[in-house]
Amino acid sequence: MSAEPAFQIKTDMNTSFRAADNAEPTAAVEPKIKVENLNFFYGNHQALYNISLNLLPQRVTALIGPSGCGKSTFLRTLNRMNDIIPGVRLNGEIRIDGNDIYAPNTDVVTLRKEVGMVFQKSNPFPKTIFENIAFGPRVYGLKDRTKLEEIVEKSLVRADLWKEVKDRLHTSALDLSGGQQQRLCIARALAVDPEILLMDEPASALDPRSTAKIEDLIGELRSHYTIVIVTHNMQQAARVSDYTAFFYEGSLVEFGDTREIFTKPRERQTEDYITGRFG
Amino acid sequence: MQRRKLAESIIYCLLFLCGSLSIFVTTGIVIALGIEALGFFEHVSLWEFLFDTEWTPLFSIKRFGIAPLVAGTLLTSAIALIIALPLGLLVAVYLGEFASEPLRRVLRPILELLAGIPTIVYGYFALLFVTPLLQTLFPELPGFNALSPGLVMGFMILPMVASLSEDALYSVPQGLKEAAYAMGCTRLQMVFKVLIPSALGGITAAFILAMSRAVGETMIVAIAAGQQPNLTLDPTSPVETMTAYIVQISLGDTPHGTLEYRTIFAVGLMLFLITLLLNSVSFMIRNRYRNA
Ligand SMILES: Nc1ncnc2c1ncn2[C@@H]1O[C@H](COP(=O)(O)OP(=O)(O)OP(=O)(O)O)[C@@H](O)[C@H]1O
Ligand SMILES: [Mg+2]
Repeated sequence: MSAEPAFQIKTDMNTSFRAADNAEPTAAVEPKIKVENLNFFYGNHQALYNISLNLLPQRVTALIGPSGCGKSTFLRTLNRMNDIIPGVRLNGEIRIDGNDIYAPNTDVVTLRKEVGMVFQKSNPFPKTIFENIAFGPRVYGLKDRTKLEEIVEKSLVRADLWKEVKDRLHTSALDLSGGQQQRLCIARALAVDPEILLMDEPASALDPRSTAKIEDLIGELRSHYTIVIVTHNMQQAARVSDYTAFFYEGSLVEFGDTREIFTKPRERQTEDYITGRFG
Repeated sequence: MQRRKLAESIIYCLLFLCGSLSIFVTTGIVIALGIEALGFFEHVSLWEFLFDTEWTPLFSIKRFGIAPLVAGTLLTSAIALIIALPLGLLVAVYLGEFASEPLRRVLRPILELLAGIPTIVYGYFALLFVTPLLQTLFPELPGFNALSPGLVMGFMILPMVASLSEDALYSVPQGLKEAAYAMGCTRLQMVFKVLIPSALGGITAAFILAMSRAVGETMIVAIAAGQQPNLTLDPTSPVETMTAYIVQISLGDTPHGTLEYRTIFAVGLMLFLITLLLNSVSFMIRNRYRNA
């Protein structure tokens, strides 16, 4: 079966959070995502201005900034989710592994397999837990029941949900708690074995305990994926991310090492925002 | 303070009256139907009514088996639903997910227009246009048949199916559609794997309401199906539906109070029970899915 390797889940799960931090000098790593001079428009309204930045593999990048500054818009350009909104326009370039994802010959379906997405409001399908996780592999043509079962288990283990749901795989996903539903959505995204994971405020609707679980999970996933997370929670950005990008009114004001951004920001606007002196 | 309380209780009373009025009217109809039907069943056994294969109350040898009328109703309804359900759902999906905004603005009013045409117009359209058209394809087809009014009835019900299904599809949260796209679905996959399954409750309810509309439809079948109770499921033969029979007797010169006249209440009761059943099932399905 030709599709087989695509569904293999990487198994070296014991690399711990931030273990790689000091091991490799970041400059030597080839960026996973390269964004150059990106401008984005909703009709006549320009939402992003000239964004350029590189995102490294196996790192977590946090996008922060006041409401309406374009974080979600930027995130959604990375898997072309904005394509489904009528009247949008974009120029500039986004390359993933060197390939221009807005080139005319790009297959959006393949792109979205590589770039998984988790939304602010958990959105499990009104199907069973099993069917939710098996959904993606099925869309990509996998039919073999044993393989599907394997993927479902691995994805749920990886999203740290397996223990809680292994006895109720065939009950409705809607019966899970909010935090469980969000981890289910993460598992669903992982089931097609993406390389990049986009998360738009994945914990903003959850209680502190569930939030902590999601943050731990991001730490565990970090060594396997390139993760981009939008958050309004400064502590969360500081806790989970290696790099932070601060957006303001559609522009990228500052981008750098999270520790530096939070301890000695170069820009006045960044400092005002992270210290909360700012609308 | 006192005043507001008074106003509120007056409004409460008015609303209560309006609400109970509809219940009174329904009960009234059921009682009127029931009493007259009872008069009928004093002369005809329930067994004969349900299981005899002929319906000839106006002939000298009277037989009172409702089966031919039920068969006629089922036949024309089935033909109509084969047209209306799939096409209606496709129209709904097309309007909701594929049509551009300007096209949508043109199509919706056209559908509403279609729904507003009086059924007698559809009836003559079936008899004078569709039947001759079908006869050029199948020269054997009689002038009265089940096929032509069935087809026309399908197109009459289509707008209702489309608009109820569209409501059902529209109520699917945007987040589910986005999740489907983010998982790499094409638009068609999104529609068939996520959108329609998620709206299944509403769509089923719409389908059942369409059935009850088809079963209750009168004019088209009275005009174009021929008024001959035949126990058959052959779409090319002339048939009579329960509704068409009621019209035939009501408009004819059958004297009031006779057994022949009372047949329409027995048939009416049957019709009432079938549509009540369909509507209750639709109601239950909608409730079930709302709570899920
Ligand atoms: N579908 C849309 N159509 C038109 N304009 C939009 C649309 N979505 C977002 N915008 C506009 O684009 C700008 C950026 O919005 P975006 O959702 O990216 O902000 P955000 O940083 O994610 O905000 P928040 O923190 O509130 O989620 C805003 O001015 C917003 O009004
Ligand atoms: Mg946002």
